[in-house]
Formats: sequence, C-alpha cells, structure tokens
Amino acid sequence: MKFRHLSRIVSLAGCLALSACSGTQDTFLLPGGPIAAAQRAELIKILGWTMIAILPVFMLVPVFLWRYRYRNRNARYTPDWDRSWLLEVLMWGVPLVIVVVLSTQLYRTTHALDPYKPIASDNPPLRVEVVGLDWKWLFIYPDLGIATVNELTIPEKTSVALDLTTDTVMQSFMIPALAGQIYAMPGMRTKLHLLADAPGRFEGENTQFNGTGFPDQKFQAIAMTQTAFDAWVAKVRAGGQPLTSDSYAVVAEASTGAEAQKRLDAETLPAGVIHFATVEDDLFKTVLHRYMHGTPVPPSAQPGAIGYDPQAATGEQDR
Amino acid sequence: MSNAILGRLDLASLSIWRAFENPTSSELIGAGAAMLVIVGGLAAVILLTWFRLWKPLWRDWLTSVDHKRIGIMYCALALIMLARGVIEGALMRTQQAFGLHGGFLAPDHFSELFSTHGTIMIFFVAMPFIAGVINYVMPLQIGARDMAFPVMNQISLGLTATGAALVMISLVLGEFSTGGWANYPPYTGADFQPGPGPDYWIWAIVLAGIGTTLSGINFVVTIYKERAPGMDFLRMPIFCWTVICTSIIMIFALPPLTVAALMLAADRYLDFHFFTNDLGGNMMNYVNLFWLFGHPEVYLLVIPCYGIFSEVISTFSGKRIYGYMSMVYATMSIAVLSFCVWLHHFFTMGQSASINVAFGIASMAIAVPTGIKVYNWMATLFRGRVRMTVPMIYATGFFYLFVVGGLTGVMLANPVISFQVHNTLFLVAHFHNVIIPGVLFGLLAGYHYWFPKAFGFRLHEGWGRAAALLWIAGFSFTFLPLYWLGLQGMPRRSVTFSDPAFQPMMWLALFGAALIVSALGCIAVQLWVSIRKRDQLAVPLGDPWNGRSLEWSIPAPPPAYNFAVLPQVSVRDDFAEAKADGRAYAAPGQYEDIEMPDNTAIGMIVCVCSTLLGLALVFWIWWLAILSFAVMILALIGRTFRVNARHVIPAAEIAAEHRAWLARIEAAPAVDRLEETHERNLGRAVLERPGRLEAAQ
Repeated sequence: MKFRHLSRIVSLAGCLALSACSGTQDTFLLPGGPIAAAQRAELIKILGWTMIAILPVFMLVPVFLWRYRYRNRNARYTPDWDRSWLLEVLMWGVPLVIVVVLSTQLYRTTHALDPYKPIASDNPPLRVEVVGLDWKWLFIYPDLGIATVNELTIPEKTSVALDLTTDTVMQSFMIPALAGQIYAMPGMRTKLHLLADAPGRFEGENTQFNGTGFPDQKFQAIAMTQTAFDAWVAKVRAGGQPLTSDSYAVVAEASTGAEAQKRLDAETLPAGVIHFATVEDDLFKTVLHRYMHGTPVPPSAQPGAIGYDPQAATGEQDR
Repeated sequence: MSNAILGRLDLASLSIWRAFENPTSSELIGAGAAMLVIVGGLAAVILLTWFRLWKPLWRDWLTSVDHKRIGIMYCALALIMLARGVIEGALMRTQQAFGLHGGFLAPDHFSELFSTHGTIMIFFVAMPFIAGVINYVMPLQIGARDMAFPVMNQISLGLTATGAALVMISLVLGEFSTGGWANYPPYTGADFQPGPGPDYWIWAIVLAGIGTTLSGINFVVTIYKERAPGMDFLRMPIFCWTVICTSIIMIFALPPLTVAALMLAADRYLDFHFFTNDLGGNMMNYVNLFWLFGHPEVYLLVIPCYGIFSEVISTFSGKRIYGYMSMVYATMSIAVLSFCVWLHHFFTMGQSASINVAFGIASMAIAVPTGIKVYNWMATLFRGRVRMTVPMIYATGFFYLFVVGGLTGVMLANPVISFQVHNTLFLVAHFHNVIIPGVLFGLLAGYHYWFPKAFGFRLHEGWGRAAALLWIAGFSFTFLPLYWLGLQGMPRRSVTFSDPAFQPMMWLALFGAALIVSALGCIAVQLWVSIRKRDQLAVPLGDPWNGRSLEWSIPAPPPAYNFAVLPQVSVRDDFAEAKADGRAYAAPGQYEDIEMPDNTAIGMIVCVCSTLLGLALVFWIWWLAILSFAVMILALIGRTFRVNARHVIPAAEIAAEHRAWLARIEAAPAVDRLEETHERNLGRAVLERPGRLEAAQ
C-alpha cells in the first residue's frame, strides 16, 4: 500500500523522460501489459524494503564522522570497545529478516511471472515463432501462415505465446514495456509469454551483443484491436511476398532490417519491415534442426558467419 | 593466408598500416594508440639506457624474489594498465555522448574497446593491484620474512605481465576480440570471428589465469605456514583473513575460466565442438563455466578491499575493529556463498522458475554478511577519534556508493527484475558501482595507506584529496545516469542509439568521465610531487599513521628480511597494544643470522617465453610456439636442480642496522595525530592513551 505513492512518482518521472520521444513505449516503468506492470511493482517493493537497511547507513555515517572527529574532545572515546550483543543481534537480525521477506516475495513472483507460463486471457492465445538473425528478427505466425521481419503485430488482451531460437549466434529478445527478456540460442527453443492490455506501439530489441549491426536490431511490437489485427493479417496476405528457402537465405544474411528490405524490394513498408504472405512449411523446425543433424554446418551454410553464402545455403537445405 | 615463418602475420596485421590505407577517425585512433605503445616502449628503453638503469632494474627488481618488490611491481603494472583502461572508458563515453545515430568510432572499434576495457580492468588492473597489495602487506602483517614460495611468486608475476603484454601488443599487431570481456561463443567461435582477436583474449586469460591460481596457493600457504610465533589465526588482522578467503577463490574459481578458455581454443584451433552451434556443441556450457569463475571473481576482487577498509577505518578511528569475529564469519560466508550464485548471470536462459528461485535467494543472502560488514565499520567509527585523511575520504565515498551498489545488487538478484534489466546499462551501472567504490576505492585507499611503508615517504595529501573527491564525483556522474538509461531499456554495448531521450544522460555521463580522467591525472601528479618532496614527506621511522598491526613496527622501507627478530605476538592488534603497554621498540637480547632466498631470472624467462608463446599461437607461428614452450619448460626443470639457492645475512649486520634505527626512534620526536600530515611526522606516533601506560607502570 505505502508503495503506491512511490510508484506514481516513478511513472511520472518515466513520462517526463519519454516526453521527448515518439509514441513508442520502451520501458517497463511505463508498462503496457500485466507482466511488465508486475515487474515494476516488484522493483518498487524491493526499493522500499532495502531502505530499512540502507537509510541508517546514509544517516549515521555523517553523524559519526562529525561527532567523533579527532578534534572533538567532548565526544566519548572508547578505543578498546569492540563488541555488543545487542548490536550484534540487530546487525545480523535486521538484514536477515529483510532477506527472508524478500525471498518469499521472490519465490512467489518468480513462479507467477515465469516466462514459460501461459497468461490467462479470455481470447484464444496467439502463437508466434521468433527466429533471431543478424541483425533482425523474423516472426512466423504458424497458425496464420504469414511471417514478418521486424514487426510483431498482436491483438490486444490476447496471450501471445512466443517460441524463440536463432539461426546465428546467441541473442536475447525483449519488449521492455510488455515483458522481460529471454535468450534465443541456435539449436534450442525458449519460450516467452506476453500480453498487451491496450492498443499501442512498443519497442522491442536484442540485448545480447552480436556484431556491428547490433544497435540496429530493434523492432516494433504493435498491439491492436482484434478487428484491426484481422485486417492487418489480410493486408499481409495480399501484399506480402512468399517466404521460401531462397528469400529466407537472403534475410538470414548478416545485414540490418533496412538492408534486407532493400534486397527483397519491400521498401514501401516502414523502415526495416518485410511482410511474407506465405511461409514454407515448418520453417522454424528446419532452422531449429539445422544444428541437430549430427552433420557439420560449414561456415558457408551458417547464417551470420564470415563466409556465409546464401546460394550454397539454399543448396544445402534442398538436399 | 598463412606461411611457415610468419604464420598469418602480414602487413595488414599492423594497425598503423591499416590506418595508412584507410584513414578514418576510427582507424586513426587505433593507430594513435599503437604509436603510443611503441613510443612509450622506446622511451622506456632510451631512458633506462641514458640513466644506466638496466643493471639495477635487473638486479634489484626483475630478478628479485622479495615479496615487497614483487608487490610493488604488481602495483606498477596495475597503474599503467589502469591508465589505458580509463582512457578506453572515456573514449566509449565520448562515442556514446555523440552516439545518437552516429559518432566517430566504427562499430568494430567500439566493440574492441569494450572488450579490452573489461578484460584489462578486471584481469590486468584489479587483479594485479590486489595481488600487489597482498604481496606487500600480508607477510608483514603476519610477521613473515617472505612468501612461502618466493620463486613461484616471481613466476606468477611473470605470467600476469605476459597477459598484460599480449593485450598491449594487440594494439599494434592484429586486433583484439570484439566479444566483450566474457567472450561468449559462438560469436567468438571460428565461424564468426576467424581473425586473431579472440585468440589474444584466450591466451592472455589462460596464461594470466595460471599465474593467479599459483598466487592463490602461495598466499594461503604463506598464511598457514609462515605466521610469526603467537600469531594465531584469530589474532591476525582482518586483512589477512580476507586474503585467506580471496586465495580460496583464486584456487577454486580460476580453473573453470582457464578450462573454458582452453576448450574455446580447442574449438577454434582443432575444430572441436564444445561450444559451436553444430555437432552437439552448446554455448551455454561455456556461459556456465565462465560464470562459475565470474561470480566468485567479483568477490575475489572485493573481499581484500573489505580487508583494506577494515584496516584503514580502524587505524584512522584510533580504535579496534568492531566485531572482529563477526567480520571473520561474514568474510568466510561470503567466500562460500560466492560459489553458489553464478546462475544469476543468466536467469534469462530459459531454465525453470524453481532454479531461478534457488539462485535468486542465494544471491540475496550475500547481502546479509555484506550488510554486517558495513555496520561493523560504522560501529568502528562510533566513539572513535576519526581523522579525515585521504584513505578515509575514499572510505566515506565507499560507504555511500557501495550501499547503492548493494541495493541494485539485491534488485538484480531477483529474477523478475533481472529479466528486465539484464544486458542493459543498468547492469553496467551496477557492476561499476560495486567495482569502482568497492574495489578501486579500496585499493586506492590501501595505496595511500601503505605507500609510506613501502617507500619511506608519504604521498602528498592535497593532491590525494583532490583525486579522491574527483573519483567520487566522477563515478557518481558517470554511472548513476546509466542506471536510469538501463531502466529505459538501453542495451549495453551499443555503439549508437536512436532515442533522443537518452541524450542528456549520456552528456552527464561524459562529464563524469572527464572528472574520472582528471582524478587519474591527480594521482599521477601526486606521485610526481611526492617524489619531488620526498624529504619533507619522509617517515623513515615507519609508523606514520599510529598503526595497529606488525607492519608498522618496522622501518620504512623495511629491510629485505622484514623483521630483525621475528616478533612474538600475544594479542590482536599487537603493535597498538605494545605501544600502549610501553613494550614497543624494545631492543632484542640477541640477533641471529637470517637466510634469504637468492635472486633468480626464472620469472623473466617464463615471462618472455610465454609472451612469445602467446603471440605465436595467436598468429599460428608454430615453430616459435614449440620453441618458446620448450625453452620455458626446460628452464623450469633446470631451475629445480638449484637446491641451495639461499644466502645468509650475518647477525652482526642485522644488529647494526636495527640498533641504528632504534637509536633514531629514541631521538626522534613523537607526533600527535594533529600533525599526522605535517612535515614533523617522521613516523613515530605519540601515545594516544598515556593513562594506560602510567597504570601499567
């Protein structure tokens, strides 16, 4: 209860910091969904509890330094005093109690906000498969048969279940205003669930350094009403190009979203975004299994590697 | 691409050549740094030749096995590397301040900078500085004549210097890794970075890491076996306790790193698949091993600094350390807990919530013993007589800033928060927040505190104060804004950014970086001024701060054998008690011959050979690798045939030196603490508590 006030101040400060930029929310201090909101609440709670241990230090250090300064002969001087049972109990006891309280809190929230746990919502969940590439994100909607680069469009108030992997080095996927991050690793699948409370635009990013294009690996997560979402799907189906192994090989090359967009002639879309109307079957599985065949993946077939050759890679896949 | 003589070394490996071919601002900065290394090296050679210092350098320093000289060399290495690390940090701050959609550094250059900055600051500043202070102080505090293994001590220094040399050479030849100080594969694997960069990192870390493991063994055996008579474990100064804990970590935490780096080398050189994408490799195994080292590592760094602050706060409060036993328990529990928390560096891997809970709670639990320590230091100030000397200014900054670092540490220990701020500038701010106020302030306080013991004169107080205040302000301006940027979701390691809202904080951080550079400048000026004024600052009698432990009971600088007669210890803070009881500076009944180890060149042979070995491996010059490795191993085996490598210092010589010093003590004026930083302070302290002395008589 007492933290609500603090929480309001934090949001206010967040708004001020953001007033300069566009309408994109990019911090969990201004949450756009229940996960980020709970994370912010947790941060404030920890801040409050630890103050019990910290404020005495802040207040007493200057008092002691002044009161017991060398020249002050009025202060008591006890050079041999080096223990007190009462102090000992307080010094061990108070931090211990705080840590116990915070630990129970940690136990509850870590389980409650487990990224693998589906979020309850009235609408049926939306599945999205995410492939991290150098330096862009590929989003595959397996149930809708469409895919995008650098644009994650989702319906509001709907639980979104993400499966993640990469087809290059390790990356870390995060949309701060909606949920925390999770690693995406080649040959492995991780999961993340998120939900947007209302329509809005949220910035998403890779936080794990992966080379020169790293700072450009950003995308927009756009939450919209169900009707708008359906219209968007129709638009992608009508205007997008097919995602085949050839076009995938081009997208998978080490390049920023904008460069890939140019290569695939999709420049009418917002910067760095590509729409795919159809997706080759089981593309996500193909990517995932590329590293699990028990055969070597030479640099020429390894997206993101120095010496990656899209032509050779397509040949490899066809075999 | 590679030939038999020079391996893959060619003209394009020279960074100066690259800048000549492609003169962008980024390449020019790189070439400038390379020139600085070359010119600096040449200047050192010319100066040494001009002043005919080669012989003394070789005889008194490079071949010395004296723990005090080795300690000083470690500290000198750390300070030189600190200068490079700070400049790199400031360069990154400048780039990011101009980094809204641009800046002046190429992305690859920026990545090299954050990789070398981290590697240097951890492995070649903090670790050698700590090894140096421990080397110098610990044997004196326990009343020993040298380390348990003096020759191995020299070899440890040689291997550490090798690592530092390889990182410096990477400025001139080839380039360094761009994979950060943790060098995660597969990004650092042969597919993604085939060049020499990650190999520099691997060999610098492997060679220096072996040196550190050997140091840990040396420190802990010295404490177990070489304590003066009566120096029970529970009579040792707190600093020595922290050395035990740090040594345990050195012995057990460094090997996982060395092994992980060697496995990465196997992947890169021999086409193994430990951490590759394909054929069953798993990069998370590397991440596990790395942090199994990496988390204990931060406690390895900070624990001895807790020890330094304990000594400093107790001495400058004129009081016993409060809660000695609590301190010992707390330090030990931190050392043990530090091995149980490594997974909090990758809460975001996708493991089950239960695992995250276990590691989260373990991480938070460390806050308890750390909190105890902070409260104990405060209780040490309580009812003391506190002098605000330079080390105490650092301690005050430490109290405030370290507690903030602890607070954000508790936040990061919570998986729920970590999911949001992991890999962002929040994390960068947090670990700088513990490492600068915790480790660096501790080391600088220790540098100021023990410098007069090592060189016989104090450091200039005014410049020291300026440096301390600038460090505190510089840290705050640089890193507190980064917390905010991290909460706003700005990832670390970003050469540019696109959100204009980040700009003001970036400028603030640049201002802070300028303050830190000036702080470093003040430290350099302070050293220069202090050397110039060494006669006014001289404290040859050895006890400038009214010290409490044994190192203050001997002349400054101490003789090679440290103690004319090994002290008989009967109580904690023995020297303080001896002064209070009037039994300090007593002339011993008789002197005995002292045996000391001979100088040896083996450390230098190892250093030169392992540097060549590292360089040969980085550039695939196989003949040189085999040759340098063979010479090194043969030299080490050859050295074992020298059994009686000791010389005797005759009792008469020792007696003469010691009696002369005691006579000077007798004649010298004792100063009170008001004159502590005055010219009159020759290193003999007036008794603060004459009452007890009279009572005893």
